[in-house]
Amino acid sequence: MSWWERVFRRRTLNDELSEELNGHIEEKIEQLMRLENLSHAEARQAVLRAFGNPGLIATRSREVWQWPRLESFLADLRLALRRLRKSPGFALIVLLTLAIGIGANTAVFSVVNSVLLKPLPYPESDRLVSLWLQAPGAGIADFSEGLLMSPSMDLAFSEHNRSFQSMGIWSQRIANVTGLAQPEQVQSILVSDGVLQTLQISPLLGRWFSQQDQDPRGAKTIILSYGYWQRRFAGDRTVIGRSIQVDSQAREIVGVMPRGLRVVDHDFDVFIPLAPDRTNLDGPPFGFYGIGRLKPGVTIAQADADISNLLPLWMSLWPQGHYFAIWRITPTFRPLKKQVIGQVGSVLWVVMATVGLVMLLASMNVANLLLVRADSRHQELSIRASLGAGRARIARELLTESLLLGLLGGAFSIVVSYGGLRLLKSLGPAELPRLSEVALDYRSLLFTLLLSVFSALLFGSLPAIKHAYARASDALSRSTRTMSSSRTRNRSRNVLVVAQVAMALVLLISSALMIRTFLALRAVNPGFSDPAHVQTLRTAIPTSMVPDATMVTHIENDLTDRIAAIPDVAAVGFAAAMPLDGIDADWNQFQVEGKTYDVTRPQMYLFDYVSPGYFSALGIRLVAGRDFNWTDNYGLRHKVIVSESFARETWGSAANAIGKHAHESNRNPWDEVIGVVADVHQHGVDEKAPAIIYWPVLMYIPYIEKPTLGAERGVTFVIRTRRAGTETFLSQVRQAVNAINPNLPIAGVRTMQEVYSQSLARQSFTLVMLGIAGSMALALGIIGIYGVIAYAIVQRTREIGIRMALGAPRSGVKWMFVRSALTLAGAGIAIGLLAAAGLVQLMKTILFGIRPLDPVTFTAVPVILVAAAAFASYLPAARAAAVNPVDALKTE
Amino acid sequence: MQTSEDKSRDLFPGALEMMILESLRRQPAHGYALVQHIQQRSNNLLQVEEGSLYPALQRLLKAKLVKSEWTTSPSTSRRVRVYEITKAGLRHLEREVSRFERMLEGIQMVLGPARSTQNS
Repeated sequence: MSWWERVFRRRTLNDELSEELNGHIEEKIEQLMRLENLSHAEARQAVLRAFGNPGLIATRSREVWQWPRLESFLADLRLALRRLRKSPGFALIVLLTLAIGIGANTAVFSVVNSVLLKPLPYPESDRLVSLWLQAPGAGIADFSEGLLMSPSMDLAFSEHNRSFQSMGIWSQRIANVTGLAQPEQVQSILVSDGVLQTLQISPLLGRWFSQQDQDPRGAKTIILSYGYWQRRFAGDRTVIGRSIQVDSQAREIVGVMPRGLRVVDHDFDVFIPLAPDRTNLDGPPFGFYGIGRLKPGVTIAQADADISNLLPLWMSLWPQGHYFAIWRITPTFRPLKKQVIGQVGSVLWVVMATVGLVMLLASMNVANLLLVRADSRHQELSIRASLGAGRARIARELLTESLLLGLLGGAFSIVVSYGGLRLLKSLGPAELPRLSEVALDYRSLLFTLLLSVFSALLFGSLPAIKHAYARASDALSRSTRTMSSSRTRNRSRNVLVVAQVAMALVLLISSALMIRTFLALRAVNPGFSDPAHVQTLRTAIPTSMVPDATMVTHIENDLTDRIAAIPDVAAVGFAAAMPLDGIDADWNQFQVEGKTYDVTRPQMYLFDYVSPGYFSALGIRLVAGRDFNWTDNYGLRHKVIVSESFARETWGSAANAIGKHAHESNRNPWDEVIGVVADVHQHGVDEKAPAIIYWPVLMYIPYIEKPTLGAERGVTFVIRTRRAGTETFLSQVRQAVNAINPNLPIAGVRTMQEVYSQSLARQSFTLVMLGIAGSMALALGIIGIYGVIAYAIVQRTREIGIRMALGAPRSGVKWMFVRSALTLAGAGIAIGLLAAAGLVQLMKTILFGIRPLDPVTFTAVPVILVAAAAFASYLPAARAAAVNPVDALKTE
Repeated sequence: MQTSEDKSRDLFPGALEMMILESLRRQPAHGYALVQHIQQRSNNLLQVEEGSLYPALQRLLKAKLVKSEWTTSPSTSRRVRVYEITKAGLRHLEREVSRFERMLEGIQMVLGPARSTQNS
């Protein structure tokens, strides 16, 4: 018999064996009747006595073919399945609880796995480092992340370092592609020589950039992303060698990158060579992300030391390079993965811990249900134990049932987690890096399996241990009808309820803290007003399209006027950077007339370049003085506007600031302060509003000795209108843009409200997750308390009857049960408070405007839980008190 | 019951299988006939228990040392399962018997002199 037959021919085997044994018995009977002259009945009796148990013989013979352990496991499984079918309500509740619990955990684990655990999708990605520097001497307090690289640094480092196999710098830029169907803005990434070599992703078609491509006077080339290639060229393989117009510059397509490639978590449409001009380089600008691939075996500390040694060399190469000595630049390279993950790690771990707690809670509810169920089988199990069933056998049977529940729940949970991940991806929280990589992979499924088995063992072991170790005689005598239930029987359930209350408390406190954080953030005045009625969009005028700076400003001015003429537009303006969009227009020194400055400790301020009308369009209050006008711009009148905090700090009050003078450095003429505006939380409401210096959009570039005009070419328009976000309004804006120049692209079309909400995405994501977990925990806790009290009442109906027959008042009976529930809740709350005090420290980085040990939260939440416990126990207690003592004593 | 259990315990492991194979080598038989045969051949010294016989037969079947076939017994006209030794069974039997003989020889050599010294 083959393995196959062994499994599937079990019935035949059994039938054959019993036929064979019956034949044997018959033959023996006949022989006895023949030899000893017995009647058939007598002979049969004698034979059976000698033969022993035919069933047992058949079993032993069968076992030759079987794995007996598996066989008894299958029998247990069948029994468990049958029992589940007989109580569909129980099965449904348990499976639903488990499916949701395990599913939520799998979904979150998939995110944690894809975002935090999996290596970045580049070959040998552990050798990739992000090249950040620190410049404590530069005086840029808000540069908490560090100093970015400059092209000159890249050249100096990549040519002289000994630690990197390759390195390069890159930055993102919006580029205008024209000459195809419609002008469009594309996400371009400027890359220096070495970036593609560092990422080590081979092109799908064509080639990487070569050194010739990085020559500013050489051929102009471009590489497409897979997505852009599909979108614009429908995957045409002959695209290599063709030219497209990028920022009015013809560029030859030399390659197409493979699908799914992202550069350090940024999507892109095209790669453009950075092509730095070596003859015209200076120390700055520090605006490029550095990336490097370490040589095998080189540590980050070694690379840091290596580059530290190259910094003097870098400074000696540029005319004013030695100025940067006071910046005290030091490399603080970090693994690229750390750069990509950023702040989200702590949020994800909080969420993971949260759903893990919910899973524990759910397991406890299931354990509770199983305990009740096993109790109802108490008599049966005791009888089996007294007939000789071993502890292990009984425990195994109970565990098999739990395992079945766990695995079924796990199977259903895959649907839940798949749905959850789909939902998450469609929501696409901007703060979550590597979202495109999130998927249910084999690791997630393995996690589901492990969690199913683990939770099954967790909730299954309680009833298993309890019943396997129950003394048989004790059990049999205990559940007689004349006794009310003993204390020990309820102890495990009480422990569960205490633990549940404790965990619910922790989750509720976390979500309450998050709600308070969110409210605190909402309460912060961002500096601008009524964001729902502000439309924002970006556009850019490249040098190749309009070389003259004044002309650029004229075009932007025209566009502003045309938009202002659209019906219902209250105000319009534009700026190089607007609040919360993640762009810093510039940083530089700003020195006030009459003050002396320590040149070794330069103080840097955030700059922005704004058009007339920008402040009123965003609703930024003018505290003193006046706004810019176009005459200030075209007349190059050296006017400046400062934020309120800067004015107060420097001149004592906003009004005092008007008419005062300041400039970037001694090289520059004095600028007159003409206005003071309210502070704006440029970097998010959770950060302090920085001091901001606002400049006109057209002015002399302060860094260049020879007077050179500069205009803001990439700007964000802000339009105040009650029609913000509507399609008709946007098409009117597009018409206005087209009327100026059909080649001007429009991008980043959002209302200020969307920008604002997105800036709170991290907090709102955490809030939603904790909120869901907290309410689930509360519900599970209430159900747990209700279940325990209701069950205790059923068990003690007789006792209640006796009490009431002896004259106990109904309120006393009610109070008795509510009191026991409150005792349990109280114990849970005490434990939970201790646990919460420790765990909320994990949330420190997410909280805002509130301490982790917020007294209000730590008082209110326990009160809510006590109320919930009282409510959950009052319902069954009231029912118990309504029992007629005569009926109660008659039960059973 | 007690005695028969003792008896079967006295048989060393593999003895029952060896006797079954030997009986089947002489002639194919069904379970009942095997019990009868072994009992007669041993002059009623050995009583094979059905409780051991049938599991042993299944073990031999599983090891492909015997094969079985359902036929109708000519004497009782009952459907019976007749067992027959296979080639592998014959080889196994030969090996087991020679091993048993060597073992018996060894046991006798150990026991023999002891008995003689006791006697003298």
